Amino acid sequence: MNVIEASGLGKRYGGTWAVRECALAIPAGHVAALVGPNGAGKTTLLNLAVGLAAPTAGIVTVLGGCSAGSPAALDGIAFVAQNTPLYKNLSAADMVHLTRNLNRRFDQGYAQDRLGELGIPLNRKAGHLSGGQQAQLALTLALARRPRLLVLDEPMAMLDPLARHDFMATVMTAVADDGVSVLLSSHVLAELERVADYLILMSAGRVQVAGEVDDLLACHRVLTGPAAEAGEYAERSCVVHARSGGALAHLLVRTSGPTDPVPPGWDAHPVSLEELSLAYLRAPGAAALPGPARIRNAERAEVAK
Amino acid sequence: MTTLTVPTQPEQDHALRPVPWRRMGWVTWRQHRPTLISLPALLGAVAVFLWIAGLRVHHDYAALAACRPFSSSACQALNTSFSRTDWTMGNTIHIVLQLAPALIGAFAGAPLLARELETGTFRHAWTQGFGRERWAIAKLVLLAVAITAAAEAFSQVFTWFFQPFIGQQSLTVLSAGVFDTRGIDFAAWTLAAFTIGALAGMVIRRILPAMAVTLGAYLSLDLLTWLVLRPHYPLARVTSNPRLFSGQGSASSPWLLSTWWTGPGGRPANQAVVSRVLNLFPHNGPPTVNETPAQAFAQHGITQWWRYIPVSRFWPMQFIESGWLFALSVLLASATVWLVRRRAS
Repeated sequence: MNVIEASGLGKRYGGTWAVRECALAIPAGHVAALVGPNGAGKTTLLNLAVGLAAPTAGIVTVLGGCSAGSPAALDGIAFVAQNTPLYKNLSAADMVHLTRNLNRRFDQGYAQDRLGELGIPLNRKAGHLSGGQQAQLALTLALARRPRLLVLDEPMAMLDPLARHDFMATVMTAVADDGVSVLLSSHVLAELERVADYLILMSAGRVQVAGEVDDLLACHRVLTGPAAEAGEYAERSCVVHARSGGALAHLLVRTSGPTDPVPPGWDAHPVSLEELSLAYLRAPGAAALPGPARIRNAERAEVAK
Repeated sequence: MTTLTVPTQPEQDHALRPVPWRRMGWVTWRQHRPTLISLPALLGAVAVFLWIAGLRVHHDYAALAACRPFSSSACQALNTSFSRTDWTMGNTIHIVLQLAPALIGAFAGAPLLARELETGTFRHAWTQGFGRERWAIAKLVLLAVAITAAAEAFSQVFTWFFQPFIGQQSLTVLSAGVFDTRGIDFAAWTLAAFTIGALAGMVIRRILPAMAVTLGAYLSLDLLTWLVLRPHYPLARVTSNPRLFSGQGSASSPWLLSTWWTGPGGRPANQAVVSRVLNLFPHNGPPTVNETPAQAFAQHGITQWWRYIPVSRFWPMQFIESGWLFALSVLLASATVWLVRRRAS
């Protein structure tokens, strides 16, 4: 089952496309990181997925075929928006009660235990909680709905390092305990390395890279060798990003697998998720969309029509 | 941790039972507690004041009405004193009250959705299982019922308070400003103002501009109704009986819409002749001839006609006006829900 599936998805605000020609299939059971520079269309893509925005073009379905924003989709997806908007004049207990009233399923015990563990006073107004506590409250409300997919938009942007760690710990506990799928957007790459096992890289409204992190890391490597040969090498293989420091050139290349032969005179190093992301972000023209073959097949079928 | 097993859920999704409507009761109450408490409290406080002040007004008016003979200086002094003190207060409250529905619309209606959109909390509310259209419908209906009921109760108190002034100030229940504070009209105007506010808030997405637009839109609609629409409700009658329109205005005087003259055989009257006859009866001062206007016109074969709405048509008038206001409110609320449904964030 794919938790999110999009084809030809586009969203236009006025004359500019925030998201365009987006094809995506995120399988269930992943912690998927949506990465991209500011203005890449991350928030728009998430809004489309949770049904807050309606697509201008294409379609997006969630949880194995429900249309985004349908009752079944709303029931199974919990969303924590950017800056965790809470009713500032309502107490934490009221927020819990309000969210409970608005959903078919709500684990009141979980919510109360969780807030107790976090030391969030139930009678304090949400507006008077610290940024970290507000984020944790919003996350707790989302997880208490027992969603099948948790969508987080820049959940850690406003948090200090300790609060970030605590926040992700809560998310990862839910992943381990309930098997909830997660899609989170962020531009803090280092944070994601530990947690994400699926990567979606966006720039300028398009999906540039999508795939399981292990697969992506396996088919990318950094080659270090004489700068003089770099140009010749670049013609023969798929160089995502080239950087030269003096006599040595560092090429981040896409290969067909870890067994690809290394050219003589060059060293190969595995690549980290952060290096990989940065290389693609610096080269907006490059794309790696290994994603499930059925999406590409589907697109071909549509072209054939 | 590349593959996590997701517990396979049975295909129950296609038969999802929606979250029951009644759950919105608590949500609406908790979120709009300030409005739901302060509005009835404010109206209640004013109602108590009206009741206390009204006892005095009724007492003063009873003394005035019982005073005989009316032309005596004692009675005239009583009348002057009533006009100076009671009517000054009554008239002030009466004028302020004309603005009450607009203020209720601006303060209770406009922020309803504008606040969610302005602070971003709609992202929380609209992604819950309840569904955003139903969420909007529930809030609109619950608040509209509460506000309309409070307005109706309040207008009943005001109607009692204002009753003495109708006789003393030669007003009728059809007079502008009187008609729309009594019966069911005040509640209908309040409902309309609330839905105008809700729609303005949804369209404009900012609280303060939405409030300003609500006030402007309400006052325009009020003025339009008063000056243009109300005379055209299909209740008017036509008469040539001069007795209805002679003498002092009283609480039972009909609402005069227009008057015209016809000459012999029903043709339009010669305007020069009409003017000449009318000049015999100056507005200020005694008539210059010893006959009634009707007799003077009859000498020239001219008949005066009046188009009017009798006071007895008060309730049909109320139902017509409240009816279209209610229909308008339903339309505006539907438009609001439609915008909630299709709004692309």
